[in-house]
Order: sequence, then C-alpha cells, then structure tokens
Amino acid sequence: MKEKPDVLQGTLALMVLKTLDVLGPQHGYGIARRIEQISGDLLAVNQGSLYPLLLKLEHEGSIASQWGASENNRRARFYRLTEAGRKQLRAQTRDWEQTAAIITRFFNVKAEDLL
Amino acid sequence: MKFLRRFLIRVANFATRRRADQRLRDEIAEHLALQIEENLRAGMAPAEARRQARLKLGADEAIREDHHAEQSLPFVENLFQDLRFAARMFLRSPGFSLIVIATIALGVGATTAIYSVIDATLLHPLPYPNPNELVRIEDDLPGVGAQDVSVSVPEWKDLENSGIFQYVAIDFFGSSNLTGSAQPTRIAAKVVTPNYFAMLGVGAQLGRTFDPGDNTPGFNLEAVISDGLWKRAFGADPRILGKTVRMDNDVYQVVGVMPPGFRDQGKTTEERNTEAWSAAGFAAVPFPPALRNSRFGTAFARLKPGLPVASAQAHIDALVASLTKQYPADYPAQAVWNIRLIPLAESLVGNVRQSLILLFGAVGLVLLISCVNVANLLLARASARGREMAVRQALGAARTRLIRQLFTESLLLFVLGGFTGFAVLFCARKFLLQFVPESLPRLNEISISWGVLAFAIVVSIAAGTVFGLAPAWLMSRLDLNTTLRQEGRGSNGSQQRSRLRHALVIGELALSLVLMIAAGLLLRSFWDLFKVQPGFNPSRVTAIETWLPVPNDPKTDIYSTATQESVLLREVLRRNRALPGVEETAVGDRAALPLGHGKDDLNMSPLIREGQDVQSSQPPLIDTSFVSPEYFHLLGMTLLRGRLFVDQDLEDTPSIAVINQAAARTYWPNQDPVGKRVRLRAEKPDWTTIVGVIADARTESLADAAIPQVYLDIYQRWAKDLAFFLRGQVDPATIAAQVRTQIQAVDPRLPVFHAATLDDVLSSSLSVRRFSMEMVALFAATALLLAGLGIYGTISFLVHEQSREIAIRLALGAQRRDILKMVLRQGLTLAAAGAGVGLIGALIVSHLMASLLYGVSPYDLSTFAGVTAVLTAVAIAASYVPALRAMRLNPNTMLRSE
Repeated sequence: MKEKPDVLQGTLALMVLKTLDVLGPQHGYGIARRIEQISGDLLAVNQGSLYPLLLKLEHEGSIASQWGASENNRRARFYRLTEAGRKQLRAQTRDWEQTAAIITRFFNVKAEDLL
Repeated sequence: MKFLRRFLIRVANFATRRRADQRLRDEIAEHLALQIEENLRAGMAPAEARRQARLKLGADEAIREDHHAEQSLPFVENLFQDLRFAARMFLRSPGFSLIVIATIALGVGATTAIYSVIDATLLHPLPYPNPNELVRIEDDLPGVGAQDVSVSVPEWKDLENSGIFQYVAIDFFGSSNLTGSAQPTRIAAKVVTPNYFAMLGVGAQLGRTFDPGDNTPGFNLEAVISDGLWKRAFGADPRILGKTVRMDNDVYQVVGVMPPGFRDQGKTTEERNTEAWSAAGFAAVPFPPALRNSRFGTAFARLKPGLPVASAQAHIDALVASLTKQYPADYPAQAVWNIRLIPLAESLVGNVRQSLILLFGAVGLVLLISCVNVANLLLARASARGREMAVRQALGAARTRLIRQLFTESLLLFVLGGFTGFAVLFCARKFLLQFVPESLPRLNEISISWGVLAFAIVVSIAAGTVFGLAPAWLMSRLDLNTTLRQEGRGSNGSQQRSRLRHALVIGELALSLVLMIAAGLLLRSFWDLFKVQPGFNPSRVTAIETWLPVPNDPKTDIYSTATQESVLLREVLRRNRALPGVEETAVGDRAALPLGHGKDDLNMSPLIREGQDVQSSQPPLIDTSFVSPEYFHLLGMTLLRGRLFVDQDLEDTPSIAVINQAAARTYWPNQDPVGKRVRLRAEKPDWTTIVGVIADARTESLADAAIPQVYLDIYQRWAKDLAFFLRGQVDPATIAAQVRTQIQAVDPRLPVFHAATLDDVLSSSLSVRRFSMEMVALFAATALLLAGLGIYGTISFLVHEQSREIAIRLALGAQRRDILKMVLRQGLTLAAAGAGVGLIGALIVSHLMASLLYGVSPYDLSTFAGVTAVLTAVAIAASYVPALRAMRLNPNTMLRSE
C-alpha cells in the first residue's frame, strides 16, 4: 500500500488559515472536516495534532477564539482569522505560489532548454 | 528574533500551562463527541463509532505531551521540581542544612570582604577617566643608589616634547598656612603645573581648573580648592570665584572648586586629601633656576590613547640615551640615570599589594576548606541516603536525572550560603571597616558594590558546581543490588566514597596547616618588630607640628634666615618647657619625626665628601634632618663618638653635622668620620664638618636597622616644616591646645596640628602589618576549627560505619582500650597524611611570602614544628569523642538491633 503523504511542516497551518479565510469562523472539528474534505482524503491529517496547532496559532496572534454553540447546540470553541492572520495568510500564499512556480518550472524544464 | 519570540512564548506558556492543557483536553473531548455523533449518524454501532473516532484522532495523551514538551520549558519545570524537593530535604534535616549554609556563608563572606578591599584598592585604584593611561614618572640613579629622585624642569620639557604623552605634569606636595579665617589652619596643598587637572581628566564643579596652556614660569596666583575646604572655610559661598585667599601670606585668586567626590592621587592619606592647588611653571622665582640637576617634584603623565606602557617605556629609554649623550656633565655615566614609567595605579598601591594578595590567598584557603568541609558533609549524607537513591534508581530514574537532583540540592545550599554570607557582610560592613588600618590607600572607597555582589554569586556558584557535582556523581553510582540488600544494616558505603572522604579530610588538614604556618610566621615577624629595640625612646614623647609660611617673594619672609627663625624657636621652646608636666623639649623638622612620615616627605641631600672628585662621581643621597641640640637627648639617642650640637653653634659659626653609625660605616669605612668635611648642597660651596656619630636608630622604619642619616643644627639652617617634641607626663587631650596657645602667643599666624604621641606613631606605623597578621591569624583559627570539625565528622562516620564490626570484636572479647586505639589510629593517620601534604604546601607558601617577614626565616623550624603539633593535637582531640563512643558501644544492643 502506498503511504499517504505527510502534511509538510507548516502547510497544515496554512490550510487552517485558508479554511478560516474562506469559511469564516469554525470550530476545531469543522476545520478538521474541511481539510479532510478539500484534500480529498489524500492527506493523512492526524486530527489530534490540529489542536496544539490551533493553540499555537492563537498564541502567535494569527487566529482568535471564543466559546460558542455548534450547529447541534454543543458547546464548542470557534476560531476566526484575525487581521494579523489575514496578513500572514496573504504573505504565505504569495510565498507558496512563488515556491510552487519555481518548482513547476524545474519540473517542466527539458534538457534542450538549458543548452 | 524568532528564537527569542518562541522562547518568550514558552515562558508565557510555562506560567499558563495548566490552562492550556485544560483547554486542549476540553477541545479533544469536544472533537471526539462530534466525531462519534457523526459516526453514529453514519450507522456505526456505538462501540465502533467511539473506536473509529479515537483512531482518527490519534493518541490524545501523546499529543498533549508533545504539545507540552514543545511549547513549554521542561528544563525549568524539572528545576522547579528539584528545587521544591531540595527545600523539603533541607527542612527535613534543618541541622545539617544550617551547618552547611553557615560554613559556606563563612567562606564566601570572608572571601567577599577581602575582595571588596581589593576591588577598591587594587582593581579600581584611580577615580579618574581612562586610568590606564596615567603613569608616574620616576627618575632613578642606580649608580649612586638613589631611587625616585624627582624630575627637573628641562627634563619635564623633554618629556612633554617626546610625543608619547598627552600631558606631563609635575606636582609638589606640601602644606600651606591658610590665614584669614578665625584660626590659622594648615592645609594640605599642592603646587602643580597648570596642566595637572587636564592630565587627571577631572573638571571643577564650580568655575574652572587651571588652563593647561598657561606658560607662566612662576606662580600664576590662581588657586583651585577642594569641596571640603570650600564648605568648611568659606561656608560653601556660591560667589567664591574671583575671591582671594591667603596661603603662606601670598594672595591667590580662587578660580575653581573641585567636585565633592574628587580625591587627589598620592601615596599618603594626607596627600590624597589635598585641599588647595596652586599652579606654577617651576621655572622662575621662587623656584631655583631651571637646571638639569636641580630636581624636585614628582612627574606624572597621561599617555597618548592606546599606547601601552611598555612601548612608551621603550621611547623613554631612547630619549634618556640621547639626553645622556647630549649632556654628559649633567648625567655622568656612573650614575646610570634612567626613567621608569610606572602605571599610576600600581605606584599608589605599592607595598600594600603584597599584604592584600596574601590576605586574599589566605581567605581563599578558608573558602576552599569550608567547601571541602561541605563536600564532606554532603558525602556523609549521601551514604545515609543511599537507600533512597537505590529505590529511585530501581524504579527507573535515569542516572543523569538523579545527579541533577542531587546537584540542584547542593548548588542551592551553596547559593543560600553565599547569600547569607553576603547579607551578613552587608549588614556588618560599617563595623568591619573599623578594623581596616587607616593607612590603607582608598579606605573611603571600600564599598559593597554590585561588583562585589556579583563576585559573591560567582564564587558561590563556582564552588557549588565544583564541590557539589562530585558528591552527586558518586552518590548516583550505586550498585543497586548490594545497596538495597545491605543499606540500613550497618554496611559500609562504597570504597570510592570513603576514599574520597579521606582525601577531602587530608586536603582540609593540609590547607589549614598551610594557613596556620603562614599566620605563625607573620605573628612572629610582627612580634619581633614590636619587640625590636628602635634605638630611641618613644615613651612619653609627644610631637606637635607647625609650618612656617613660605611666601613666594623671599623678601617678605620674616623667617628667611636661621637666625630670624631661631628667635621664634627658642621662645616657643622656653614656653613649652614651662607647661605643666613637661620635662624636656626639642624641635626638629618633619623629617626628624620618627616613623611619622611617608617616603615623599623624606629630605634627601646629596652627600659630597671632601676630596672626592665631584665631576666624576654623582654624590649619593642621604636622609637629612634638622634638629635642635636637645633632640638627641630627648629621644634617647646615644652619642658614640665626637660631640653633639651645643647652644654656641649658630648660623655664623662653622656649620656642623652629626651622622649615625650607618652613615659612618657606609661612607667612611674603617675611618673616623669626626672632623671630615662634607657639602650637602650641590649649588653652594659651604663645607660642613662632622662633629659626632650617634648610634643607629630605626627612625625611618622599624624593619630597617640602619639607614644612613645626617643631622644638621636647626639653628644653623632654617626649616619650614617643624615638629616640636615634648617629653613628660602631659595630658594628651589638652596638650595640643596648650602648645597652640604658646606658639600663637609668639606668632598668631602659625597653625598647629597633628599632635601625636610617638607611641601611637610607632604603633600605627605597624598598622598594615598588624592588620594582615590579625586577619591571617583569624583565618587560620577558622581553618583549624573547620578542619577539626571535618576530622570529627569523618571519624564519627567511620565509627558509625564500623559499629557492627566493633560490636563483633567486643563480643569476641576485644579490649575496649584496643577499640579506642584503633579509632584514634585512624584519626592520627589522617592527620599525619594531612600534615605531610600541608608541610610541603607551607614551604612553598612561606617561600613566596618571604618579603613580608621580618626577623624570622621562612623555614623557621619552631613555627613549623609548633603548628604541626597543634594541628595533630586538634586532630586527636577531634577523633577522641567518636573514639570514646566506639569504646562504649554495647555489643549486645548493637548486634540485636539489626
């Protein structure tokens, strides 16, 4: 069986930020579900590792949280993007696209291009 | 930056970790609940739904732990845990903890106290900016045995032009009579070149200092005064600038007031407390013509920034060589004129350095001994806690973790001890400073500063690391099996541990022996000095000083000739003789004051003997004093040959001199000096005939038996710095006032100061020696006490370890006397080993301190033997108590109790 790729260091944070950016305030379970959904079960996100990450992001000021009620009236902690988080997301998106573009270019390169 | 931020976050987390952990737990629970709900909705059985949810989430405990490890400071947490545990351990055995803390407090406190003295005197001796650039310039003439012979004005100019100095200044320390206020006062005053303050780099608090570019050849009649004088004599008058003061009857204009903290540089306390400065170029009246061989004043300089003293010295050597070639008449080859640059800080501390280093060494040994003692105690406890360690290890504690735990405990003890020592020192500093001799340079600057605190902390931590780590390491090295089986059943601890304990006790004994021998040698030196026959009789003699003004214009000087002055002197002497209780009186100059003056006050004259070729040989310099005829009898100096001065010797009769035996021996070996003629002033061809030889007296230094001296009749040559001597039963409290009344009845403008009995002068001349002797003796006693405790502790422990064995021996019929002997033998073996090592150390140390000794050989057999005997006695006494305990052991109870 082929192993599912591990989430790259730091990319999980980017996914969390993007999810919150697109969907607005979410609770932890919701975020985990979305990431699973979007990545189409290709990524093996150990769901438990999401929570320390959320705590860390909150400490760093990218997201904020408060208790609220979930759809089925359970108590849950809702996370939302802060202004700093939005800025971070923009910067990281730019970085990511740049990196991806460079890597793509490397993949597309053929021997004759370099002669 | 990022690292720092992460670190700060971790610190914050450390404080809030409970909350974060709780939250993580809550959220994970929520997540599981939601997942399970969803799984149920998808149709799973409840048990399966829970299982799948958990699988998907992952190991939540591990997640929490990881988070914790990453986001917090496990090192600090462990540290806190260890500290808490250590504190509990201390409270469990408060006696042990107190003894350990007190021992360390003693060592660290004493070391810190001596360090604070060294910090002020040796490390920060100069309160001026960039003190490393300041040098003292000493001219030596080793060819004629003369050191530090002052500098002449042409040489000063040469130095200024040498290009390696920012400033070269000359100072000439003396006294001035400050008149105008209610009581004429004599103040310590200095004549300096105008660049003096610029050289020191200190400005005035009010007004200005002298203009360094001022080229006035004589006095420029400006004065700078100290803050103290400004407040005392002028009531801190804010409009003092521009006002005039009279010093030695000359009028000076005050141009500046120095800041309150300013202290002049100088070798004596008196000089450091200079209160008025006047500026002069030293080249015109009243100074002698600026000739190369007319030397006076001391030269100081500030080197160009960044120039090391050594390379400056190389420059100066080249300069001296070229000047010697250029002026062969002024610098005869056999005088070997040279100039030395001495860092100012070093030149000021001078002879105190050795004593302080000795003290620091001694106190360092005390610290070492107290640390060894503590290490020993820690080891002893290690054995008692062997079982605890074994259990912990058996339960899976890592060895490094155990070492850390034990190390934290001992380090905490050391740090607590260090703080206690520092706190005691801080509280007692005023009290302790009383014991420091006044003659110590910069006594007032000694303070318990931050630097001293830092020193105390560093010393405690360093000591704690060195002496805490080894016991911790040994303690954690246990053979689990044997320990768990045997510990608590009277077994003996590991071989290694007991070997280390023995080594520690031996080291302790050796160190104390070294200290005690040093103290013994110092004590004997001091005693010998104290008991030395000074060659004069100081008892019941009081000396009181006065100072005749030296106006800058010699024409206004009413005491410009010896005849004029003798009227004053004879009248004051006549009046003093009439005072109640006074039996004899005499007068001399300050140089005639036995032991009461520093080297700078010496009056050195060139001694030119008749019949010697003046051109080819530089004359030697000789200590010169001016005295009245009664001086010799009053001080009990014996005439050996010829005659003393008599009343018929006057300014217009042939000039005569009396020399001491040392001078006779040195300059007229195997000849009779009486009748020989000498000249004591290079510039004047007046011959002085030697009429008498007196026995040597230790008037310069108690440690120096024979320094050549020449005495001149004060009625033939005038002197300005006078000391009146009175012998008799006088009231020391009022004598100064009585003499002042008498002197001022003759001339109301004369100040009268420094009344002291010669006995006091004698004893204060020994003050630094006494201080270091007392301190080293105190340290040695402490060391002996600690070593005694150490050997007591070790032997007690041995007895405790061997109690089972002893009990069996007793049960098998051993004599109690044999048991006693056996234990005592163990103590004695340790003592002998310690003494052996100590004697070798003591030989090295006493060799190093030879220059501090007087009259006793550094290898003095009786001191070495006596001290070794004392140490052995203490060791036996300390072993005796546990030996008795061993002897009285009841084998019955002992063997059954196990």
